[in-house]
Amino acid sequence: MHIVNFTPFSALIGGALIGLAAALLWWTLGRIAGVSTILGNALTERGSDSGWRFAFLAGLLAAGLGAVLFFPGAVHLDLAAGGGQLVVAGLLVGVGTQMGSGCTSGHGVCGIGRLSARSIVATLSFMVSGMLTVSVVKHLL
Amino acid sequence: MKRCVIAFLSGLVFGIGLIVSQMSNPAKVIGFLDITGSWDPSLALVMAGALAVFGTVYWSIRGAGAPLMAERFVAPTETRIDRPLLAGSLMFGVGWGLSGFCPGPAIVSTTFGNPLVWLFVAGMIAGMLLYRFLSGRRVMTGAPRSV
Repeated sequence: MHIVNFTPFSALIGGALIGLAAALLWWTLGRIAGVSTILGNALTERGSDSGWRFAFLAGLLAAGLGAVLFFPGAVHLDLAAGGGQLVVAGLLVGVGTQMGSGCTSGHGVCGIGRLSARSIVATLSFMVSGMLTVSVVKHLL
Repeated sequence: MKRCVIAFLSGLVFGIGLIVSQMSNPAKVIGFLDITGSWDPSLALVMAGALAVFGTVYWSIRGAGAPLMAERFVAPTETRIDRPLLAGSLMFGVGWGLSGFCPGPAIVSTTFGNPLVWLFVAGMIAGMLLYRFLSGRRVMTGAPRSV
């Protein structure tokens, strides 16, 4: 193992913004900024209280659009897989995050931040299986 | 309406954070997961930065009875480390490693103009719906199901 492409400053600043966004949602609306659960509930829940979920998702899209329009130099998208592999990966992420009640944001940031044992175990689990997967795909296949 | 404005702002700042930290770039994520090869530790600092800010706010306002603009805090109440948590998280990790995408960055990068991202998101949405309909869990607030 050797270290490459390390970008500590943009990582810390970007991370702090993610934390700030999650803190804002928690402090004002009392909700967890977990993207997989917000999206899943937006897809299947129809209640008077679901508007904020669509607004949050729209905010994510607006960030992407804004970057593309005004800061195209900041947008990097280097895909690591072809279409077939992306569909399979998407299915695994979709089923896995609903079964496991969360993803990198809900478990990895909010859950660990709340010192939830479930989220700590979940985060370790998807980190380990993600690392194993990359090892197999990049170095064994 | 005010709640939606705040939620939009939160999503916006969240998305900017993903782009600034390059979490929205699959190659960057794969570089972090590739500990047996050329390792890029950046995403560990993304998490550290996010945890430092969220954790500070979460624990500082812990005594507050209610959030500023809602009746109560809605956090998961389940504490058991059960099989769905482990199996689901492991499965998610495999998909994450195969693609370099987790849900937030995938949604943000649908706007980047590469239609292949849409294939991932279509698969992800299909997977979410599939699990929810098969398991009968339509709503998951993390709060007790009765409220």
